[in-house]
Amino acid sequence: MRQVESYGVGIPRLDPSDLTGWLIVIEGTDGVGRTTVVNRLRTHLEKLGYAVAETGLSRSDLASRGIRRAKQGNTLGSNAFNLFYATDFADRFERQILPALRSGFVMLIDRYIYSLIARGIVRGADSEWIREVYSFSLKPDAVFYLRIEAEELVPRILQRGGFDYWESGMDIPMGEDLYESFIRYQRRVIEELDGLSRDYGFDTIDATQDIDEITDYVAERVSALLQSSTAAENSASRP
Amino acid sequence: MTPGSYGSIHASYPGRLFVVEGIDGSGKSTQLTLLAQWLRGEGYPVVFSEWNSSPIVRATTSRGKRKAMLTPLTFSLIHATDFSDRVEREIVPSLKAGAIVLADRYVYTAFARDVVRGVDARWVRALYRFAPVPTMAFYFRTPLEVALRRILSGRPKLKYYEAGMDIGLSADLQESYRLFQAKILAEYDELVSEFGLTVMDATRKVEMQQKILRRAIQPHLDSLGTSVTNRMPARESAAPAPSAPPAAAPRPASSASPATAPLGRRAAGDAS
Repeated sequence: MRQVESYGVGIPRLDPSDLTGWLIVIEGTDGVGRTTVVNRLRTHLEKLGYAVAETGLSRSDLASRGIRRAKQGNTLGSNAFNLFYATDFADRFERQILPALRSGFVMLIDRYIYSLIARGIVRGADSEWIREVYSFSLKPDAVFYLRIEAEELVPRILQRGGFDYWESGMDIPMGEDLYESFIRYQRRVIEELDGLSRDYGFDTIDATQDIDEITDYVAERVSALLQSSTAAENSASRP
Repeated sequence: MTPGSYGSIHASYPGRLFVVEGIDGSGKSTQLTLLAQWLRGEGYPVVFSEWNSSPIVRATTSRGKRKAMLTPLTFSLIHATDFSDRVEREIVPSLKAGAIVLADRYVYTAFARDVVRGVDARWVRALYRFAPVPTMAFYFRTPLEVALRRILSGRPKLKYYEAGMDIGLSADLQESYRLFQAKILAEYDELVSEFGLTVMDATRKVEMQQKILRRAIQPHLDSLGTSVTNRMPARESAAPAPSAPPAAAPRPASSASPATAPLGRRAAGDAS
């Protein structure tokens, strides 16, 4: 039986032994193609007969509205933003992720704690502190990190309709204009993600490759993971 | 003090931060209001900061409470979010400007409530690491029955989370409230020694408590004027900013609180 582990303290009254599903994380910075990978992976897994659920940043029932409102005015302190995202994550963790894992679903997560930690550090949070804040979360079964250089993101961002205020880190302006700030901010976020990748052992993927190649790779790895743990379970339950 | 935990970071600001803590019905807010009136009358710049009052975050907290969707974890995090916003935008800037910040409930409220709800004590102390350590924190110690009488006689409509209904102590609202408050009270008693809170006997007469409170903070005010001018950046001391009011100048001790020998931190109240 595979081991479900928390990064630290665990949350009140959580019994990890009944979590039979899988926690699969797609990480990467803004505009790198995570959503496409998640969507295709979902279709692939459902074809194989797995029940799939997904979640992503600021999609919580509790805090998504509040975060949206706070972003409109940019009137929330930056550390408070970090904690607001932590609240959003915790709500999704307890009310979306854990129930799905209890029901044996494959939970696909479009950015987990790592992006939140990276963005927090770039906005001035202490790296040890913010990791401690998220220490209630569970270690995923796999983390795929779509890696790209900030400069390589630019054409994708332009194609998508231009630079976004928050994706350019304009709340902590890092340059004269959106473009300059975007490059510097994204470089810093990517730098932090690279560090986290080393610390937590991500499966790093060159995101400049063709999207079909990327999704094929991820789908193959995830299918192998699910099949091996299902096989292990079958042999364990045999007399 | 655990490294990486609340209290491990010491920043020095020209202002002063006084905190009142205690269970509902301990009379702490009354005392803080009286203190604010006195301080303002004495010409000090006073800033009030109340628990759970960030204009942006409060809407989410209310939503979570109204729909009973908060768990111990999200209850803890949303209150930390609110607090963090007030620290960044209210408390720290005011302390930098040399003001007296009065906080009605502080991190100790979270330490008591969240731990009673089952949140890890070490984790919640780390969560609040960014909080400035107060100049003095007063704990208004009240026997449970006294506090319950004050609350239950005046305000019979208890709210779900206020009564700790979320942790299933009792199906009866009033009974749950009693049990929950008793647990919080026990947790506060632990915090007194852990963080050196100044204990106030909240069963004494209001005016007597106020006298003790004023006397306890007086020594911290006597040094306020000089420290503000000393610590201000040079350009600001040359031309005082509007946020550094004239009250920052050295002043004689007020008649309401005759200068006395400085009181020890724990000697202000006589409850223990």
